[in-house]
Amino acid sequence: MNRSIAETRARVERSLKRRRWAERRFQAYGLGAVLLGVGFVAIMFSSLISQGWSAFRQAYVTLEVFYDPEIIDPDGTRKPEDLAIADYAALIRNSLKAKFPGVEGRAATKQLAGLVSGSAAQELQRRVVATPSLIGQKQTLVVLTSDTVDQLLKGRIDRTLEEENRTISDQQIRWADQWVRDGQLSLRFNQRFFTNGDSREPEQAGVWGAIVGSIYTLGVTLLLSFPIGIAAAIYLEEFARRNRWTDLIEVNINNLAAVPSIVFGLLGLAMFLNFFGMPRSAPLVGGLVLTLLTLPTIIIASRAALKAVPPSIREAALGMGASRIQTVMHHVLPMAMPGMLTGTIIGMARALGETAPLLMIGMVAFIVDVPKGLTDPATVLPVQVFLWAGSPERAFLERTSAAILVLLAFLVLMNATAVVLRNRFERRW
Amino acid sequence: MSTATLATPVATAAEEPAATSPPVPENCKTVGRVTADGALLIARGVNVFYGEKQAITEVSIDIARNQVLAMIGPSGCGKSTFLRCLNRMNDTIEGARVTGSIVLEGQDIYDKHQDVVQLRARVGMVFQKPNPFPKSIYENVAYGPRIHGLAADRVELDEIVHTSLQRAGLWDEVKDRLTSPGTSLSGGQQQRLCIARTIAVNPEVILMDEPCSALDPIATARIEDLIDELRESYAIAIVTHSMQQAARVSQRTAYFHLGDLIEVGETDRIFTNPRHKLTEDYITGRFG
Ligand SMILES: Nc1ncnc2c1ncn2[C@@H]1O[C@H](COP(=O)(O)OP(=O)(O)OP(=O)(O)O)[C@@H](O)[C@H]1O
Ligand SMILES: [Mg+2]
Repeated sequence: MNRSIAETRARVERSLKRRRWAERRFQAYGLGAVLLGVGFVAIMFSSLISQGWSAFRQAYVTLEVFYDPEIIDPDGTRKPEDLAIADYAALIRNSLKAKFPGVEGRAATKQLAGLVSGSAAQELQRRVVATPSLIGQKQTLVVLTSDTVDQLLKGRIDRTLEEENRTISDQQIRWADQWVRDGQLSLRFNQRFFTNGDSREPEQAGVWGAIVGSIYTLGVTLLLSFPIGIAAAIYLEEFARRNRWTDLIEVNINNLAAVPSIVFGLLGLAMFLNFFGMPRSAPLVGGLVLTLLTLPTIIIASRAALKAVPPSIREAALGMGASRIQTVMHHVLPMAMPGMLTGTIIGMARALGETAPLLMIGMVAFIVDVPKGLTDPATVLPVQVFLWAGSPERAFLERTSAAILVLLAFLVLMNATAVVLRNRFERRW
Repeated sequence: MSTATLATPVATAAEEPAATSPPVPENCKTVGRVTADGALLIARGVNVFYGEKQAITEVSIDIARNQVLAMIGPSGCGKSTFLRCLNRMNDTIEGARVTGSIVLEGQDIYDKHQDVVQLRARVGMVFQKPNPFPKSIYENVAYGPRIHGLAADRVELDEIVHTSLQRAGLWDEVKDRLTSPGTSLSGGQQQRLCIARTIAVNPEVILMDEPCSALDPIATARIEDLIDELRESYAIAIVTHSMQQAARVSQRTAYFHLGDLIEVGETDRIFTNPRHKLTEDYITGRFG
């Protein structure tokens, strides 16, 4: 060890150069990784938005409708039962024929009627039942077009294709163009998308049913998995003596976190539906299944958060004569809470996006009604996306992307709430 | 120093046993008088095991009122271990096992009927590293009285916080910032806060494990003054690595070596006239 100082300095100098280079290279890797990630997210969002944005606007047509007493109430009884079952589609057909004279024959009439959504007749029925005095009058109404006219107006239908390869006929295109020239056709904000449940008709399909289903399902999940997960973590971390049983439990929890989610669906099917006889497709059961799925995540994160609380805090509290439960409740838990909330966010985000286990318990059914309770049949947002993605109609394609956007918005909202909550707790001293 | 006494350790039991103390076990090899007048906390034949490993062997000693007992010895000799037995903080360590008896005013604290919470309210502890709660200064001091229900109302609680901080010599420094976090104080202030927190529940015994090891000489001097004042009301046991500190604050000194209690005696006597060879080596700096 009798190297001269000068030589030592020279060696350090050389190693320094190498270290700086390594540091810069590593930073470049990191930056590259971040940019790559951001790039993919940007691609995903731009594709979703470019595809899904148009679903937030929908084609409406302005029609002149005559509430013909001959059709609605030929006997003139004005009995609500009779008014309810009248042939309102005929009113729409007549209105369309008045606009486009010279349409004769069943096939042509059917094509003409196909321009307007089936919901238009329901709209007329609703109005007449509410105010029977409308009968015999004329009214200008704005009604939904069919999904094909909507897609045509949004330019999503290729007019140059052969007629038989299109979902809309040449004749229908001519009629729609006539509407456009007369200023009767317009795109308006698609409110139904946010207030309706699912439907076979794309123009009437909405995500509200799935949103409510998701809220119920995740509500059940959060209500069960958060307290159970934290209680389990506290017990295992603060109270349980380490022995073979706690080791076994620990290994099992870690393994459960890695089990494919569909297995939890099978478990839910066997246990909740077949054994306990709970209703199919219900948010309650969905919530229970997702609870099983999120519990391991929450327990593992919560235990890590508890482990990170410095032992000196526990000693201080115990040394003051606090009981073990007081030590945990007054000091350890508040300090561990931010970490626990992080775990809960991760778990709930995963639960929000789960489809597979819910398919097993029947939440994949076609459900039109918005669920009113925990045991009503329901579906959830990701399953709705899955269902629409499998539908052949062109208009469901944009709805799929729009529903994904809604799902992402839901996720962001949920996480933002949790982050705000966490920052409250994180007021570290 | 007399070398004659070094070779022949004298069993304490042979010396005048205090009337209040239970007899010292026959196998006690400690030199000097382990009993004390006005004994409050009495340890007899205490062994501590961490798993298979024995950390403390057959320690018998009294801790008396209005007196500071200093525990000295080389690192790893079991001072902290013994101190933690005295308010059962060892319960929290998995695999730690204590045998023998430790009696607080006639009650064996390791008796299965002993309530640990009540014990720790009577035997307070100050740790080596200041460990204030991550709460406000006020809350730090008020915590003990609160969980033990010592204050009937807010006024009384304010009063307890005030007097505790005053006695810990911290009041003037923090009276305008009681709501700011306890961890925002300097190290020495934090340690005095921890002492204030301990005396707020009005314990009978205060155990201190190297309370000044993280502090500068000025903060150390303040805490030593404080310990001297607290002696008026409490029985105090303090672990220290500084022999000067032991000499300054304590009336009795106990020397530990590899889990054995080698010698106990008046502090003046131990430092001027140690009877055991190991004690002498240690205080003269030939060991540890
Ligand atoms: N939690 C534990 N588990 C196992 N062994 C321990 C534990 N705590 C202490 N020991 C052992 O017990 C012996 C005494 O330790 P202790 O902490 O009481 O020493 P000390 O006298 O306080 O030392 P120092 O002056 O360095 O603080 C040491 O050999 C130590 O390794
Ligand atoms: Mg120690």
